[in-house]
Amino acid sequence: MSSHISVPKTYKLYVNGAFPRSESGRVYEVLDSKGRFLANAAQASRKDARDAVVAARAAVGGWSGATAYNRGQVLYRVAEVLEGRRAQFEDEIVKQEGVSASAARDQVDAAIDRWVWYAGWADKFAQVTGNANPVSGPYFNLSVPEPTGVVAIVAPQDSALLGLVSAVAPALVAGNTVVVVASEAHPLSAITLGEVLATSDLPKGVVNVLTGSPAELAPWLASHADVNALDLVGASALEWIDLEIAAAETLKRVLTPEEGPDAATPSLARISAFTETKTVWHTKALI
Amino acid sequence: MSFLEYAPAPESTAILDLKPEYGLFIDGEFTPAAGESFLTISPATEKPIARIANATDVDVDRAVAAARKAYDKTWSRLSGRDRGKYLFRIARLVQERARELAVAESLDNGKPIKESRDVDVPLVAAWFFYYAGWADKLEYAGAGSNPRALGVAAQVIPWNFPLLMLAWKIAPALAAGNTVVLKPAETTPLTALLFAEILQQADLPAGVVNIVTGAGDTGRALVNHPDVNKVAFTGSTAVGREIARSTAGTGKKLTLELGGKAANIVFDDAPIDQAVEGIVNGIFFNQGHVCCAGSRLLVQESIHDEVVERLKSRLETLRVGDPLDKNTDVGAINSAEQLARIRELSEIGEAEGAERWSPACELPENGFWFAPTIFTNVSTSHRIAREEIFGPVLSVLSFRTPAEAIAKANNTPYGLSAGIWSEKGSRILAVADKLRAGVIWANTFNRFDPASPFGGYKESGYGREGGRHGLAAYLTSTAKEGQR
Repeated sequence: MSSHISVPKTYKLYVNGAFPRSESGRVYEVLDSKGRFLANAAQASRKDARDAVVAARAAVGGWSGATAYNRGQVLYRVAEVLEGRRAQFEDEIVKQEGVSASAARDQVDAAIDRWVWYAGWADKFAQVTGNANPVSGPYFNLSVPEPTGVVAIVAPQDSALLGLVSAVAPALVAGNTVVVVASEAHPLSAITLGEVLATSDLPKGVVNVLTGSPAELAPWLASHADVNALDLVGASALEWIDLEIAAAETLKRVLTPEEGPDAATPSLARISAFTETKTVWHTKALI
Repeated sequence: MSFLEYAPAPESTAILDLKPEYGLFIDGEFTPAAGESFLTISPATEKPIARIANATDVDVDRAVAAARKAYDKTWSRLSGRDRGKYLFRIARLVQERARELAVAESLDNGKPIKESRDVDVPLVAAWFFYYAGWADKLEYAGAGSNPRALGVAAQVIPWNFPLLMLAWKIAPALAAGNTVVLKPAETTPLTALLFAEILQQADLPAGVVNIVTGAGDTGRALVNHPDVNKVAFTGSTAVGREIARSTAGTGKKLTLELGGKAANIVFDDAPIDQAVEGIVNGIFFNQGHVCCAGSRLLVQESIHDEVVERLKSRLETLRVGDPLDKNTDVGAINSAEQLARIRELSEIGEAEGAERWSPACELPENGFWFAPTIFTNVSTSHRIAREEIFGPVLSVLSFRTPAEAIAKANNTPYGLSAGIWSEKGSRILAVADKLRAGVIWANTFNRFDPASPFGGYKESGYGREGGRHGLAAYLTSTAKEGQR
């Protein structure tokens, strides 16, 4: 019989490549499906959200400046590392969501496959969404998609891992950086995903994970002047129209809430939503 | 000791664990061939490396049958996502075994280790990685709606970039859902066989990729096999023509990547130092064994003498010798046959009145070697300005106006690539518009990327490799365009 007393993990935030506690010192209890205590999660504050945006902004240059091939390889490595730690994710999903082991396995499978699908887009989406334009005149004219910058995400609230992955992965493909507010009820997988990201050659600050109350955090992100886009996929239970109105102040690109099992279903549109199209004209000499 | 004299810095061959003899790779296993085996040698030393199986018609038949079975029973039933996962595995295994593959490539081909290590093998991994991601995104490839695989692809590749050409062929074919029988070149089969071992490590289903070694007869048996749906060939225009004739009327989809005689055009406003480096890279990269090599230098008359002088001085610094030496710039010519061809055309160049120049360089006694060579006073009618030499030989011509440069550049039955050197963007774009070539490099040369389509106009072949266009070569669409 084993006499090992387990050493539970302290779940903290994932900001700027590190795992700080909330500056507010607050935590909240994460319960399993039967209402039993699982762990304390950090309850991020406005200050934590603002720190996360600073980290995300600082990471834009490096991540968007990396070659598409390099971004694709880093994202693929995330899937590799995720696969290697699947047992931990399955265990956490079972505990948090109260689903069967096989349902948890399916969710992890889907999360890995979705991550690989998006990784493959990194050096391709520009070939599909950009184009050469046959303008009438002696001009070279080319349209290419570029990342919009910092994307703030309210992750789907009903799933521990898949919803989070479905919202975060597409935002990263084009070279954006992310501040994501995890599922309030199931935040543990989000922090474990942070551990995966931290060990996958993803530069610090490219993804920042906040746990806590989306209702408290989302307004600060929606109104933050240094956030370029807002994905409200998991915000259906919030006053999301107010968030969209707040986002209008700096004309953030906004994706509205989605519900149900098809929320944030994989699509090229989720990549394009966070890109800007740049069209370059150049004269051609007359010969 | 001058600044050019370095101590030798040979890359160790200890990383290689070669077998004395290799069979054919059919249906997931190495198997003996019916034909009489042959030796693959190192062109730098003429020493044998390994004994290679020679596939006959019977063996090719076996390989095609294995590919057909794998297509019907396994590969065509897998989802794009699962095909992609195998390709990602292959990409990763190539990355992990990169040094070993680079050493084997330089040993068997004669190319400098710095090229196999820094260009060939990294591009091989990149090619598999890129197409891995396409496998589950075919509906976005622009190949029509409901894109489908063709079936069994017969692929024949050349000796100049053995493993890279394998990647260019196999990666898009598998991503699109085809199975493959590939024949590497007779003189450079080694890395394809190491690649077969990688396929075993990746646990790729048996028969999805089959590798048959041999010479021209093997290739002929493969492309003419009635049960192949697709033929992809990279090599000489003469063989490409023969294949186009033999596949006519068979319904086989054909792509050809053939010879070239690229013009590298240097305008008087070019950044000269950069252009000289580009000219050197354009023709002496891989000993000039490059179908898109910038073998015709067109220099604007006003800077002709300056460019030629700087070029000669740059060539004095090129290090010719042991391909496995990390300092080597120019390695060995791949075969005695190719060396004879380069020598013959160079002698014809002299006889036709062009002026021949090579830097002083000591060539090793054994092996196949040819010093970097420049011909000046070349006219457009000279054979060295018209025929592909496929060696480290540059023909220099001059021009006065952009229109003349364009006319001379296009004055060739080939149309694979071209280079433009100028600081003026509007001139570059206008000239690029008028060049009849599939790849135009401006202020650079010999750039390759899996995301970028590559292939020729005119007698340089048809079809593209790389990018979305490279997938189209391996797909068919069930819907009739414009009738939906």
